[in-house]
Amino acid sequence: MTESIVRFGGVSATYGRILALENVSLDLPANGFVGIVGPSGSGKTTLLRVLLGVMHASQGKVTRKSGLRLGYVPQVESVDWNFPVTVAEVVGMTRSAGRWWPRTTDTERSEIETVLCQLGLEGLGERHIRELSGGQQQRVFIARALFHKPDLLVLDEPTSGVDVSTRHEILHLLVDLHESGVAIVLSTHDLNGLASHLPRIICVNKGVIADGPPLAVITPEVLERTYGAPMQVLEHGGMPIVVDQLEHTISHRLRGSGQ
Amino acid sequence: MIAIDLLEPYKYEFFRNGLLVAVIAGALCGLLGVFVVLRGMSYIGHGLSHAVFGGAAASAVMKVNYFLGAGIWGIVSGVLIGRISRKRVIGADAAIGVVTTGSFAVGLMLLNRYGQAKRSIEAVLFGSVLGVQTADIVAVSAVAIGVLAIIVLGYRRLLYATFDPEVARISGVRVGAVEVLLMAMLSCTIIVTMRVIGTLLISALLVVPAATTRLMTNSFARMLTIAPVVGAVSSFVGMNLAYHWDTSASGTIIAVGVVAFAVVYAVGGIRSRSRIGHLHV
Repeated sequence: MTESIVRFGGVSATYGRILALENVSLDLPANGFVGIVGPSGSGKTTLLRVLLGVMHASQGKVTRKSGLRLGYVPQVESVDWNFPVTVAEVVGMTRSAGRWWPRTTDTERSEIETVLCQLGLEGLGERHIRELSGGQQQRVFIARALFHKPDLLVLDEPTSGVDVSTRHEILHLLVDLHESGVAIVLSTHDLNGLASHLPRIICVNKGVIADGPPLAVITPEVLERTYGAPMQVLEHGGMPIVVDQLEHTISHRLRGSGQ
Repeated sequence: MIAIDLLEPYKYEFFRNGLLVAVIAGALCGLLGVFVVLRGMSYIGHGLSHAVFGGAAASAVMKVNYFLGAGIWGIVSGVLIGRISRKRVIGADAAIGVVTTGSFAVGLMLLNRYGQAKRSIEAVLFGSVLGVQTADIVAVSAVAIGVLAIIVLGYRRLLYATFDPEVARISGVRVGAVEVLLMAMLSCTIIVTMRVIGTLLISALLVVPAATTRLMTNSFARMLTIAPVVGAVSSFVGMNLAYHWDTSASGTIIAVGVVAFAVVYAVGGIRSRSRIGHLHV
């Protein structure tokens, strides 16, 4: 059995009087690659915030392996792309705590370049962050998280608002990182494009609805309990594909009306 | 001779003192203005300068040292604004409005009731750059050195907490402490410059040089270097023009800063114009 690096034991979390997460128990192993899925407001981001330690559990206990290093990649929509900062400066930020010398040292510069090369961003260190493609921008923030040498990489909606090609690019990169030994937890709305490719999915809606491999978790019953809406699930090449029944009904009606 | 005319004001000690304080104040406001502009806090500079007025009035009435009274009042106001803003129920703009107008109103009432309201209010609102005392020079210099030291030593944390506070917190940066420190630096700056350039124009000096610099560079480090120079040069040119044109010193300083902004904006062309559209000013 693989060692657990984070364990949630009956965790609940609230925003004031609003319950965001209820009695969540789960284990994240050292070699895990886990997708958290659920509708908006289901507690996905809250779960990540509790995991990261920026939000405290109102009940239950979160146990992290001693000395666990966490890397966090926020949603790109939350980034101020006009902030006057270069790619190298963004990557180097994770080593801010406890550092009094303002200038980047030669050693740090070399390490930053190594991380940028690892993520296919070599030679872009002096570019302003806005001067990059969507995929490169996401890679910069993954590079920043990796510069911290994390044991666990946490990503909030890494494919939100990106095109298909960038989504493929990010998924391949995450698979490479996982194969290099980094545990990954991500939240996503993207059931077909991202979640169904992962080895383990956790469906949440306040609490954990289902937890397991995609074919076991992505079923019409689980999805209806999670999203509160009927969905069909097809299987293609050993992977589940979710079809939104409402969209199907709408397209059927539109075709019927001749539009 | 034109050269002699230009040097004429330097014969007067009051002008030399005023110029020295104005130049240091311009550099100081320019430096801190980088954080004000990039955090979208321009109104905080404006609001805090009004809040400090309450502290100045209270310290005058209670016969407490001006710097001590206004300092404590300003820092408490800044921290209050920060705490109310974090609740996110009423938003930062409303929090600033409530705390600073309330503070200003208390100051006004205290002066009405116990002091020479009209004279004090005018001095605080418009400043008195030509009535600079040794204490002002010492205070502005001390705050400038302190702020510079804090920004150099805390550069990495200030940059991270300004750019991405949530992730900075996860990385071990004490973001709350950084915010309090920033508020304290802003309050101290406002207190020591208020008697020189006045509350109404402090917010402009906290915003205009930094906004001008933002049009000139895409680097945070270069902004921190250039903005104090823009602020200091605006103050130097403004003070000299004010003497020769017999205009308000503080008004002329800001007018020079705004002209510099307009020139950079015009020269910067299309690239700068696309950038200004996203500026938090």
